[in-house]
Amino acid sequence: MMATQFPYITAILATTLIGALVTILLPEKKHLAIKLTAVISSFITLVLSFILFLFFDRTANGFQFIEKTPWLPQIGITYHVGIDGIGLSMILLTGVIFFAGALISSHEFKPGGLLGAVGRPKEFFALLFILVAGVFGVFVSLDLFFLFLFYEMAVLPMYLLIAIWGTGKKEYSAMKLTLYLLLGSTFILVGILAIFFASGLKTFDWVSLNSIALPKNLQLFIFPLFFVGFGILAGLWPFHTWSPDGHASAPSAVSMLHAGVLMKLGAFGIIRVALPLLPYGAQVYCPFFASLTVVNIVYGALVALAQKDLKYVIAYSSVSHMGIVMFGICSLNSLGISGSVFQMFSHGVMTGLFFALVGCIYGRTHTRTLSEMGGLAKLAPFLAVAFSIGGLASLGLPGTSGFVAELLVLLGAFRAYPVLTVIAATGIVITAIYVLRVLQNIFFAGLKDRFVAPGAGHKGDHHHIEISDAVMAERWPLSILLALLVVLGVYPSLLINLINPGVTAILQKLGGPF
Amino acid sequence: MIPVKEALILASLLFAIGIYGALTRKNMVGIFMSIELIFNSACLSFVIFTRYLDPAKLSGEIFVLFIISIAAAEIAIGLALLLSIYRTYKDVSGDAISLMKG
Amino acid sequence: MFKFAGLALLCPLLSFLVISFFTRKSDRLSAFVSIAAILGSLASSVMLFALVLSQPGNHELTTVWMKFPVNINIEFGFLLNPLSAVMLLVVTSVSFLVQVYSMGYMKGDPAFRKYYAFLSLFSFSMIGLVLANNFLEMYIFWEMVGLSSYLLIGHWYHKPEAAVAAKKAFVVTRFGDFGFLVAILILSAKTGTFNFLQLEGMLGGGILTSGMITLVALLMFAGAAGKSAQFPLHVWLPDAMEGPTPVSALIHAATMVAAGIYLVARAYFLFSMSETAMLVIAVIGCFTAFFAGSIALAQDDIKKILAYSTVSQLGYMMLALGVGGYTAGFFHLITHASFKALLFLTAGSLIHSLGTNNIWEMGGLFRKMRITAVTFLIGGLALAGVFPTSGYFSKDAILIQVFTSGHYILFAMSLATVGFTAFYMSRAFFVVFLSTEKFGKKHPHESPAVMWVPLVILSIFALGLGAWTNGFNALIFFGGPAHETEHDLFVPIVSSCVAFLSALLAWAIYQKRFAFLTALAPRFSAITTVLRNKYYIDEFYAFCVNRVLYVISNASAWVDRNVVDGAVNGTAYLVGASANVLRKIQTGRVQNYALGIFGGVVTLWLLFSMVK
Repeated sequence: MMATQFPYITAILATTLIGALVTILLPEKKHLAIKLTAVISSFITLVLSFILFLFFDRTANGFQFIEKTPWLPQIGITYHVGIDGIGLSMILLTGVIFFAGALISSHEFKPGGLLGAVGRPKEFFALLFILVAGVFGVFVSLDLFFLFLFYEMAVLPMYLLIAIWGTGKKEYSAMKLTLYLLLGSTFILVGILAIFFASGLKTFDWVSLNSIALPKNLQLFIFPLFFVGFGILAGLWPFHTWSPDGHASAPSAVSMLHAGVLMKLGAFGIIRVALPLLPYGAQVYCPFFASLTVVNIVYGALVALAQKDLKYVIAYSSVSHMGIVMFGICSLNSLGISGSVFQMFSHGVMTGLFFALVGCIYGRTHTRTLSEMGGLAKLAPFLAVAFSIGGLASLGLPGTSGFVAELLVLLGAFRAYPVLTVIAATGIVITAIYVLRVLQNIFFAGLKDRFVAPGAGHKGDHHHIEISDAVMAERWPLSILLALLVVLGVYPSLLINLINPGVTAILQKLGGPF
Repeated sequence: MIPVKEALILASLLFAIGIYGALTRKNMVGIFMSIELIFNSACLSFVIFTRYLDPAKLSGEIFVLFIISIAAAEIAIGLALLLSIYRTYKDVSGDAISLMKG
Repeated sequence: MFKFAGLALLCPLLSFLVISFFTRKSDRLSAFVSIAAILGSLASSVMLFALVLSQPGNHELTTVWMKFPVNINIEFGFLLNPLSAVMLLVVTSVSFLVQVYSMGYMKGDPAFRKYYAFLSLFSFSMIGLVLANNFLEMYIFWEMVGLSSYLLIGHWYHKPEAAVAAKKAFVVTRFGDFGFLVAILILSAKTGTFNFLQLEGMLGGGILTSGMITLVALLMFAGAAGKSAQFPLHVWLPDAMEGPTPVSALIHAATMVAAGIYLVARAYFLFSMSETAMLVIAVIGCFTAFFAGSIALAQDDIKKILAYSTVSQLGYMMLALGVGGYTAGFFHLITHASFKALLFLTAGSLIHSLGTNNIWEMGGLFRKMRITAVTFLIGGLALAGVFPTSGYFSKDAILIQVFTSGHYILFAMSLATVGFTAFYMSRAFFVVFLSTEKFGKKHPHESPAVMWVPLVILSIFALGLGAWTNGFNALIFFGGPAHETEHDLFVPIVSSCVAFLSALLAWAIYQKRFAFLTALAPRFSAITTVLRNKYYIDEFYAFCVNRVLYVISNASAWVDRNVVDGAVNGTAYLVGASANVLRKIQTGRVQNYALGIFGGVVTLWLLFSMVK
């Protein structure tokens, strides 16, 4: 069936790259055409990933939609792609966030919008496409070389996207982010090369490498490299400080993709590369890393509580939530890892929603300082409802996907580290406090005098800011994300049944599901 | 025939003078001239060694011809650069131009 | 049978969705949808109750919610037995009456639809909580109930007090839920299931050590204490009165706050296995009853009085459960639901008519609002436990249970609470209805029929539920049916005397205003101040949150900025600084570089010749 099947995965990668090419070739002035290209190609990728979701055989084990072409046979590099349930859920996530992000940023390129002030939509979208191609590539690669290549491809456009279209201390943030992530990829590169040479197979092919057991000493040496290397991208404490600055400076769509998808690359890398290839190392080091991730959860929540800038609150909450993802991974059992993949998806959607909303709010109020907002629910009820649902998912309220994810991670982790799990659960209580604090500060309590309903301000009046509710271009992407949060919260099996076989395969390398 | 030793001493002297000049002269024309001295010392060494080792082959002389022609080209480029530097800076002193200072 | 359970659960959900998405334009239609839905739930719960009466015992329906290749059982289902059927009936009937009442009370509110949507959401979650067949499902609905409570308290979110109160309610109960969650985690790790019936069997088989059972029971009690506003997690309930009054009646008096009691009753198989846990429940319940009752003595806001009274009565129920009075405690839950909802709704009627919560701004309303006054009186008598109202039967059942259990200190405290209860209710009644008229230019009027009819229905229940005592005892029990209590009249007589004397005292102070009593007042001013300020518990918590938590959080933020990020920036600075030193070598003069090359070659040559 492999030979005759339509190469969906390559089609996804090609769509994004062709999208980049087309946007570059379009004339600078034709903003509408550029935006249309962006939205259409992101929609195609979304449709393609949805087709993958429909055609994916949930009963079968192993990888599906495999494509394999030798690329540099002399040093064992093949273009080998394929997905299991874990990869598929990440692809779906990327498709959704990418589409929503493309819609939101097309909207923000309107005159007077956040991105409209900078302009250059052509370059923006081209870079965004390259970034997304990289992200897709990592999720589908079954070859360590390509995995690394795509990984770098996803990281580097970020520098330009933040440094050019960002806000605040954008150059500093962009530089910090890039240097940090490059440090991480150095670790990963060393690890990959070590595996390449130590395995003796002269191949970068993940499947072949997965079928042998690497020497234990080597595993002990390189597992921390992989965990920290990928962990940096996932915001592992104490290597997380690039993320708040980066997210706070980046434009909405970039923050969405970055916090929503790119940070997942780190966690995905650990699940795809570090756990199955280095099971012994995982068993030795995970208790140690678990305590670091608990610091992530609690400390991230505490710091989020102290922030005054809305974007920083969301960014630190991402640090805290990514801690939950990594904590689940460290539990090394089926509930924990499934939970962490679920949390990757859930957090991706949720944080995408948040950053989109922050963009909407910032574009209206021209401030991100919490104390300067208040009572906006009256003027922007849709935004208030969307933010509330997102916030509820963030604090793990049942009925949203956040609950399922946190529950599974806690259930799994409790079997491995009871005390750490209880400490981690306190982080979830603190999350409730800061989420409600933010909600109250922005949307509830008295409406600040500065904000007036559209049409109520006078011409040339600079003291009053007119606040309108979300327009259609904002409602659509937000509604998609909201619907996903609720649907997965009510019917998690949709994703769980997809993830479980993949997790079981990893756990078999670790010594059976437990 | 001139003994090899003395000839080589002459070449080394030329080289040393050239190096000294190239490192200490302020004027760029002077530096150029010093570099020419270094070239010439190298040419001299080629010829001396060829005469001494294998006079029949003339390989050293051929090398020298190459060096002379390349040196001519080099001088042409160098002087052209020098002229344009002079036009911009009104100076041909080597210290005056330190654009690459860290 | 499960058809009815499903119907009862889905009706309000459907109504919530319909109101949120379709009937946003029309107030009347939204209220209609919501009331029709809750009527459907009420009808199905009546059917369900009839079926359970005819076939007592446990009926269970389960489906798998999430499947894993490991030993864990994450399921979703219904457990129907007399306990859940009765509770369901209470929830749906009070919800129905409150929703009808709200049509009058909330009339003209700009967010009328939202209000009904959230009421439906609440009914859905509460029904789900009641019907749950496992701890996890119960926790899920437990949290959703908390959410609807949050949303409804914050109904007038533009008032800062309401926004703060909503947040406080959510966070404080969440604090207790943390314990509940950890208890669930322990159970899942040790047994692999959350199912009530399976766990009951497994615990009977001794799968957990007794220490572990105590731990789980105490953690679970933390959740129950949060939801049922037991000391020290009671602080949110009085503040929750910022919500609309029908919401206070429904959520913060009759149903949601009873969820903690329901949880303890549902998990009684677990609690009864640990004596320590039972003792803790009894002591905390009793202390809460006493403590909240005393605070209610000095409050001026009618809703606050009722709120503290609710806390106090919930303490009674906990106390009953703690001393083994499963039947008595749960019976009190039901009677309390009827008369406390009644009291809140009458208070709502007063507030609706006068526009104030302060009892001292009311007065002499008996003539103006007869139905309200009479129903309030009935509710007050039931609350004070006067024969033959329903409160008499349930409260005395609890007192007898405490007395026979031999905890005499607890008995004395609960007897004192009876006195408090009678005192604050008489005080409220005399001040509001009988004292001189103080409403000035306002024109108090009786509320419309949609408001007073529910009052009358509720007062019938508040009066008459006592007649069901024996039937209830035969239906709801733990272990074996509660044995016929010997009609020892000692406890009822003592408690009635205490209640009567306190009411008399209240009459003397607030109605007759005897001079010698008024003269005594300054002597007690210190106590009154403490009581008025609710023992300064709120201040203490505010200190904990504002000082301790925010200090820690600011400290972490500081550490993040300066230590963690400082290390990063420090590294960057180090690299920059060393580059700054090294750049001096780069002079930009060709001759220096040439010297370097020459010197390097000479050095290399020297080195090589030395090696040779």
